[in-house]
Formats: sequence, structure tokens, C-alpha cells
Amino acid sequence: MKRTIITVVGKDTVGIIAKVCTYLAENNINILDISQTIVQGYFNMMMIVDTNQTNRHFGDIVDELGALGEEIGVIIKCQKEEIFDTMHRI
Amino acid sequence: MINIYEVAETNQMIEKENLDVRTITLGISLLDCIDSDLNRLNEKIYHKIYEAAKDLVKTGEEISREYGIPIVNKRISVTPVALVGGAACKKPEDFASIAKTLDKVAHEVGVNFIGGYSAQVSKGMTPADKLLIESIPLALSQTERVCSSVNLGSTKTGINMDAVKLMGEIILQTAEYTKENDSLGCAKLVVFCNAPDDNPFMAGAFHGITEADKIINVGVSGPGVVKTALSKVRGENFEVLCETIKKTAFKVTRVGQLVAQEASKRLNVPFGIVDLSLAPTPAIGDSVAEILCEIGLEYAGAPGTTAALALLNDQVKKGGVMASSYVGGLSGAFIPVSEDQGMINAVLAGALTLEKLEAMTCVCSVGLDMIAIPGDTKATTISGIIADEMAIGMINQKTTAVRIIPVVGKGVGETVEFGGLLGYAPIMPVNKFSCDAFINRGGRIPAPIHSFKN
Repeated sequence: MKRTIITVVGKDTVGIIAKVCTYLAENNINILDISQTIVQGYFNMMMIVDTNQTNRHFGDIVDELGALGEEIGVIIKCQKEEIFDTMHRI
Repeated sequence: MINIYEVAETNQMIEKENLDVRTITLGISLLDCIDSDLNRLNEKIYHKIYEAAKDLVKTGEEISREYGIPIVNKRISVTPVALVGGAACKKPEDFASIAKTLDKVAHEVGVNFIGGYSAQVSKGMTPADKLLIESIPLALSQTERVCSSVNLGSTKTGINMDAVKLMGEIILQTAEYTKENDSLGCAKLVVFCNAPDDNPFMAGAFHGITEADKIINVGVSGPGVVKTALSKVRGENFEVLCETIKKTAFKVTRVGQLVAQEASKRLNVPFGIVDLSLAPTPAIGDSVAEILCEIGLEYAGAPGTTAALALLNDQVKKGGVMASSYVGGLSGAFIPVSEDQGMINAVLAGALTLEKLEAMTCVCSVGLDMIAIPGDTKATTISGIIADEMAIGMINQKTTAVRIIPVVGKGVGETVEFGGLLGYAPIMPVNKFSCDAFINRGGRIPAPIHSFKN
């Protein structure tokens, strides 16, 4: 299964996870794992999601999540998992 | 499973430390375009390149978006044009028409450089090689995106000193032909010793005759990433220093490997090599010289610079070689002057001279690169500089190169602005003593004794 990593970084505020999750649910993207931490007052969240069920084009998801991030005032990135796997796993 | 800290580390490298894939270069063989009719030759070249490369830029952008990693350049390299045009070209203008075709197709498929306006003359020149070399000033003044390279020597063949002499004159002529743009033509012209067939970096990329019909080569970068990693081990011993460089080079190269494989799959073109080079840009924090400073030098060029660079180059290779099954090209640290803010600062501070740069090229992956010199430098002096650099490559069995820009109308103390990735450079002084009698001897320097391994 090809997985995707969504990261959210920015100032902590009410409803960040809710908004991201709503978007994912609307587009039939399943969340496999969520972890979050606060680093130096900044909200850091990582989601591992499964985009196999969605009929959306990957590039559009990247753009729309980016735009959603701008709306909330955080940076949302959506990247295929392989880039992290190849870099950090032998 | 990947954890949040690993994800954050990767994204920090991309966003803050300028980690990028410097280039996806599509190598295209033009051998099957050869024709004795010049118009038909140009037509065939145009169609072959257009068909092969029409999706290159789009594919590069898609990969970039999906993985969140910038892919700065998409480029094309072709079979050395002297081989392709030999049957059709009877005068330098004929060759220049091929350059125009290359430029046109480069614009249409959207690549920013196309390399391979080249000749391989390490032992001797065919009439076609000579014609192509003579056409370089014209070709580079009439085109925007074409890059030219000439291989003048190798460990196996020795150095073709007739060609070295000729290239001194050609570089000056190219400077003259492009003097309106601060002699920019010379920034797209490089001479080599031991030129690799699969180098993805410009200006020296060409698609060697040992290669398949089409191939994808990828050049990675990431001086900023190495510098940041080293800033965390200040004061530690050399073992720790080397370990840190190796680990970082491994991570950077893995990204290149991933992008190369994806591009190969999507374009249905075989994957050639990853070139694991530290290639700087003029951007702040994207500098090889700053790594040298981080290793412990006040400026690049200070005593210890050659040792620091040797260590850096070796560790980059050791870390990178495990990250990809096929490494090639130039693979090492690049030390261009105009494209590296740290190098520029070192020249301005008086820490870095042409002679020190020459010493540095003995231990790193290329040579005298993007160095601006006074426009009134003699052709034989340029040939002398080239000969020295070729000798370093020949004896040390490594690639060396010279990309030097005699800026017409400018002298020491002035600055030249090339713009974009090519950056800007202070004009550096050149040793004024003559080597005329040496260059004018003619002939070739024999291959060194250690080339006889059979």
C-alpha cells in the first residue's frame, strides 16, 4: 500500500485537526496514524494516510491542503511516504 | 514506521537548508540522426529531441510536487555534435545551424540548458572536430540555452596541446562575440580532461557514445544540509566530522536516487546514474565554501583548505556511494567561484587566488570553474591555465575542467554579473608571465606511465 504523509506546522489554534480531518473524510482519504507534538510553541502534526481509495489527483490534494493551511494560518504539506523512507531507512 | 522527527528533519532540510535535486538530465543519442544533408540533419535532430523530451519538464514538476522536493532544473544532453554533424557540415556556420536547432527545441520543450555542442579531441582532431570548435564563438553568441564542452585530454591518451592552444583562442573569441553580455558565452563553455560520458551537470553535460539511446541522469545537491549538520559538531574531532558528512551525503543521495527512479519509470527511459555532487548556488546558505568555513577555516583559501576539501570530497563519495547502485558523472564537491557566495567573499577578502583554486582542483571533483579574469588576458595564458588543469586530471586519473571567463573591457577590481544560477564574480588577477613558447610548441603531451595497465 502506498502511503502519504501529511504534515501540519504552525501556531496552535482551535480546530486544526478537525479541519484537516474533514477535508480528508470528504475526499475518502483514510487516516492510519496521527502523532503530534508542540515544539517551541509551534504545533507539529504528522498524519500517515492512505490515498488509494480517493479518486482525486494527487497533485490536486497537495494544492487543496496547501490552500486549507493558508486559510487556517498553518503550513500543510502532503508528500508521498517514499521520500522519508528512502532517506531514513536502509 | 516513519516518525514525526524524521519527517520534520527531511522537511527542515528542504525548507531551510536548500536541499534540492539540482537537475534531471535526459541524455539523448543523436547518432541515428546523422545525414549528409544539413537541412535533413537539423530536422531529424529537432524531431528526435522533441519527441523524447516533450514530457520531461511536466514529469519533473509532478515528481517535485508529489514528494515535496524541489527539482531545480530539467535539462537535455546530446551526443557530441562534432560526431553527428561531421557528414553534413562543411563550414563553421553549418555547425552553428545545429546549435540553433538545439536552442529552438530547448525553448520548446522548456528545458533551461541543452548540452552536447561538444567535441572529443583528447588525442587528435578530425576536420569535423576542428570545424565544430571553430564554430563555438558563433554558436554561443547566437543561442541562449546551448552549452558547449571540449575534451582535450585523458589519462589514457595524454593531452592534445594543439587543441589546448586552439581553445585558448576560442575562449577569447567567445568572450569577444558575447561582450555585450559581459562575455556570458564563456560561462557556457567548458574544457575537460577525462570528461565523463554521463555527467548531468552543465555546462559539461553530453551524452557519450558509450550510452544507450536515451538515459536519465540525476544530479543532487545540498551544501546547506551538510553545513547545518556540521554546525552541530563544532569542536569535535575528524572522526566525528567525517561520520557526519557521510551520513548527510547518504540522505541527500537517497533523495536523488528516488527522483531518478521515478523519472525513469514515468518517462519510460532507463535510469543511468546519480551524480552525488555538492553543487552550490548563489543563494545564501547554499555554499561549499561555507562548509569549508564550518570545518574550521576563516575563509576558503586559507591554509588547510586543500586538506579540508579533500576530506569533504571523499566523505561525500563514501556516504553517497551506498545510497545509490549507480553513481557516476562528476560526483564530488564543486568549487565554482561566481555560483558560490562563500567563494566570492573569499576572493573579495583576498583569501582565495587562482593558484589556490588550482591546488584545490587536485582533490575535488571538477576544476577551475566560473572564474572571471581580465578581458585583456592573452590567449596563450588561457591555454597555459588550461594545460595546467589538464595535467592535474591526466596524472591523477580524475576529471578536471576549466570554465574561465575573460570579461571583455573589465579588469581586476571590477565585478561581473551573469545572473540567475550563474551568479556574479569579482575579476581575479592572472599571473602575467609568459608561456608563449611552451604553448606554441604544438603536438601532444604523451600519456603518463601509469596509463599502461594492459
